[in-house]
Amino acid sequence: MKTVEEIKAAIEAAVPGAGVEIVVNPSVSGQHSLRLATSHAVEVARFLRDDAELALDFLSNVTGIDWPDKEITEKVKVTRQVSKTVEGVEKTVDEIVEETRKRLEPGCLEAVYHLYSVAEMHGPVIFRMRTVDRTDNVELPSLTPVWRSAEFQEREVFDLYGIIFTGHPDLRRLLMWAAFKDHPMRKDYREPDDFEYEPTAHDEVLKRAQEHQAAIAPQETGAGQ
Amino acid sequence: MAVDGQLKIELGKQGIFVTTIEELYNWGRRNSIWPMQFGLACCAIEMIATTMARYDLARFGAEVFRPSPRQADLMIVSGTVTKKMAPQVVRLYNQMAEPKYVIAMGACAISGGPFKQGYNVLKGIDRYIPVDVHIPGCPPRPEALIQAFMTLQKKIDGQPLTGEDRPRHLDAGAQGEFPVPVQGEHDLEPAHNSDVWTVPVVIR
Repeated sequence: MKTVEEIKAAIEAAVPGAGVEIVVNPSVSGQHSLRLATSHAVEVARFLRDDAELALDFLSNVTGIDWPDKEITEKVKVTRQVSKTVEGVEKTVDEIVEETRKRLEPGCLEAVYHLYSVAEMHGPVIFRMRTVDRTDNVELPSLTPVWRSAEFQEREVFDLYGIIFTGHPDLRRLLMWAAFKDHPMRKDYREPDDFEYEPTAHDEVLKRAQEHQAAIAPQETGAGQ
Repeated sequence: MAVDGQLKIELGKQGIFVTTIEELYNWGRRNSIWPMQFGLACCAIEMIATTMARYDLARFGAEVFRPSPRQADLMIVSGTVTKKMAPQVVRLYNQMAEPKYVIAMGACAISGGPFKQGYNVLKGIDRYIPVDVHIPGCPPRPEALIQAFMTLQKKIDGQPLTGEDRPRHLDAGAQGEFPVPVQGEHDLEPAHNSDVWTVPVVIR
């Protein structure tokens, strides 16, 4: 099978301006993936499926990743002009000072697709797409028109991560009920407070159970009076 | 008036059969419990095994699995009750005619089991409907289900027809229908039925 670099070159030759990036996997498996720009994703997907050499006719898996907003603290060396008294004479001297800077890296949602070729018996080819942010611009193009097997899996990603797949024929929740508002697989999801009875609580559950007890304790004493 | 056990045996030797309405009634009921044909997860496989030739639930008069709640006496909640499924389980229970009984089979049905800390699994079906027998296990073996059956039979046998402890179907004022939880924006509403389930006190 072609390497990711070759696939990237093939995509760029077939779909001009596709905007493909390689995401390197530094682990032993070395399973590198491609990040597609959302604007050309459907054309690229069609190419991957229809290309005679790649013939990626089988979409095995669609999953999501939640990248929350990340505060990055980094130390930067900055040159500053500091006035100093050197040998009795006051001078301005350039001095290198270490400064801690904090910046906020905005989060996003990502969909990951695993492709195989049944005809050519190779794979997987992995590609990803990212939304603009996690709150308002969470649309990604649906690839259900290209691979029919994406239908349920994109619905699952929509259900659990909240990515809206535009062009999906039937985008409803798959696992949770229709009135449900949250997306349980997001990092900031908080389970509803039903920790009233936890006989063997530990760690996070113990914390939630104690919070629950603390919240109901004043009501109980109030009712008893 | 209860018949003395020893006297009964003596009378039996003389060819006289003495019984009470209560005994006869409960004997009939306990030996023809018809379960509902209804499985939720892997525990259902064990339930099916229990009914088959090797374990043969028919010995207990409970081989007739009914496909309709209206013909069933017993609901075996065999498997994980998800929050999406819980309203349907309660609705099925409501559709069963009295007298009706519930066996909660396996870790998931009694407490949520390995999925207890998940976002989508109910922490025990006893939060919404009264459960008569709980069986632990993941999944419980068929022997455990048979044990639960025998426990239930003992319970039915011990139910008096009159007085405070009489079963629900003989009590005109008893509640026979249980509120179906609504699927809300974050969780089932209410999170449990306070008439059926109160927070157990943990004694350490």
